[in-house]
Amino acid sequence: MGLVWTIAEQYKGQLKDLSFELLARGRTLADTLHTPLVSVLIGEGVSEVSMEELIKRGADEVYSIQHPRLKDFQCESYAKILSQLIETYHPIIILAGASSLGRTLMPYVAVKVRAGLTADCTELEIEEGTDNLLQTRPAIGGNIMATIKTPENRPQMATVRPKSTRPLPVDRSRTGTIVDIPVTGNMLDDRVKVLGFRQDRANFVNLENADIVVAGGKGLKKGENFSLIQGLADALGGVVGASREAVDRGWIAYPHQIGLSGKTISPKLYLGIGISGAIQHLAGIKTSEIIVSINPDPDANLHKIADFAIVGDAFQIVPELQRRIEQRRELKK
Amino acid sequence: MRIIVPIKQVPETSNVKMDTETGTVIRTGVETVVNPLDLYALESALRIKEALGGTVTVLSMGPSPAVRVLKEAVAMGCDDAVLVSDRKFSGSDTWATSYTIAQAIKKLGFFDLIITGERATDGDTAQVGPGIASWLDIPLATYVANIVEIQSFRITVERLVEEGYQILSLPLPSLLTVVKEIANPRLPTLKGKIRSKEMNIPVFNSENMELEESYLGLKGSPTRVVTIHTPKIARNGILLQAGDDGAINSAIDRLLTFLEDKNLL
Repeated sequence: MGLVWTIAEQYKGQLKDLSFELLARGRTLADTLHTPLVSVLIGEGVSEVSMEELIKRGADEVYSIQHPRLKDFQCESYAKILSQLIETYHPIIILAGASSLGRTLMPYVAVKVRAGLTADCTELEIEEGTDNLLQTRPAIGGNIMATIKTPENRPQMATVRPKSTRPLPVDRSRTGTIVDIPVTGNMLDDRVKVLGFRQDRANFVNLENADIVVAGGKGLKKGENFSLIQGLADALGGVVGASREAVDRGWIAYPHQIGLSGKTISPKLYLGIGISGAIQHLAGIKTSEIIVSINPDPDANLHKIADFAIVGDAFQIVPELQRRIEQRRELKK
Repeated sequence: MRIIVPIKQVPETSNVKMDTETGTVIRTGVETVVNPLDLYALESALRIKEALGGTVTVLSMGPSPAVRVLKEAVAMGCDDAVLVSDRKFSGSDTWATSYTIAQAIKKLGFFDLIITGERATDGDTAQVGPGIASWLDIPLATYVANIVEIQSFRITVERLVEEGYQILSLPLPSLLTVVKEIANPRLPTLKGKIRSKEMNIPVFNSENMELEESYLGLKGSPTRVVTIHTPKIARNGILLQAGDDGAINSAIDRLLTFLEDKNLL
């Protein structure tokens, strides 16, 4: 039986949560198949301690492929390395995040190794009898869920929606092996150069990684009113998202946009304010754990799919809600 | 500068209707459009052409009605169009689709740049663009939000990723997938519409393309759809009316209790 692999991701030497979420997914699959679970880490500057955490959170082995030229994701080198590893070790399953990295690297590699690849899965399980990986994913803007398998080709590759599962807790009794894989010249591709990185603000909005997202829409009436959204987001310890209407009106920048032509998110809490809930927006938030809607329009679509909806004036409700949350925080201190 | 833009015909998303019996999408009678995210790819290509000269070729793989979306792209300003169509291509997954499109691009010969949309709004995989780059063994930049400059056979772009914008310099030829932020798509012009109406669009098929038969269509596709179902959307949530100050206060009370119970405060 071949191995189950998950792809770890790092940013500036720090492992991303996604790496641990994938191990939680991989652990279940590896246990069902009675096979070891490997975390494949391509990058630079990730410490021994961090790699131990991969083991404590589910990995049996860590393949560490680290080199200064792998510091930033760069598809051609990463793909070369992953393809070579696949040809050497023949894993049966490879999971990566449905992140900007996973959704670039995995299709590039799947072509090279003739693997089946399924995008942005929200459920994974092993089919009884065949041991095939059953991969379930939303399609057509979340209107359908399709279950897909790869009957013959190996590996079976899938990208997994970030935050669609929780990492396993640290288990200090777990042990495993860290395998250092040396990087040789033929593993690197120097055609593309990484020139740098631009962040518009110190805290660039990382919507995909946020546990709480407060989003504003057309109902805010003008751009300045996004300060209400920011205020509530700050009080809750969340980040600001927006509907397409708000972005198209120039009220807020595109990296905040959620939905079919923006980002897809699965936070613990999504709070939509003045958002009608167009089908394209709902496609981006349907896998949120809790959905709250505040909108004066009783017929707003978002109310219909929300766990908690308030039909009322957002301009009155939001500042009061923020004040009450801050008050509670003070009391707790 | 020769730029190739592969586009897809998709059902108009706001009109998607589901067959509740079979759980499949009803495609008959539903209007199809250019994948909305491909419009940003078309616009980016047309702007490069306007700045540096050259041509834009639009290409679509699909059944013959896809000619309509090709004509729309021509009406926007693309110079020529190719339909990639054959019964043997039907049922292709992203692996087989990206193979077939890559072979069509090889048949077109020389090119400098391929630009695609980030993903299609129906399949939602975002895998075909990167797959084409892999088949052609050319460099790839996904989620491109800004083209900084093009010179000396290289292109500098900014990719929108989780932590910000990554700045890359790629040699030409290479493939970009672009996001909405890159440009505001233009509308087709009357002149363009007239030109597209008269245009005869060549069809690339299994007869005139160089293809590995075992890589085509459903048979050549590594993946299989096992089942499709319609998820339940309603969460049977709480709906409160907050018409006056008293109602607002009690609604906020209940919301805070709700969030507290879920450990979200």
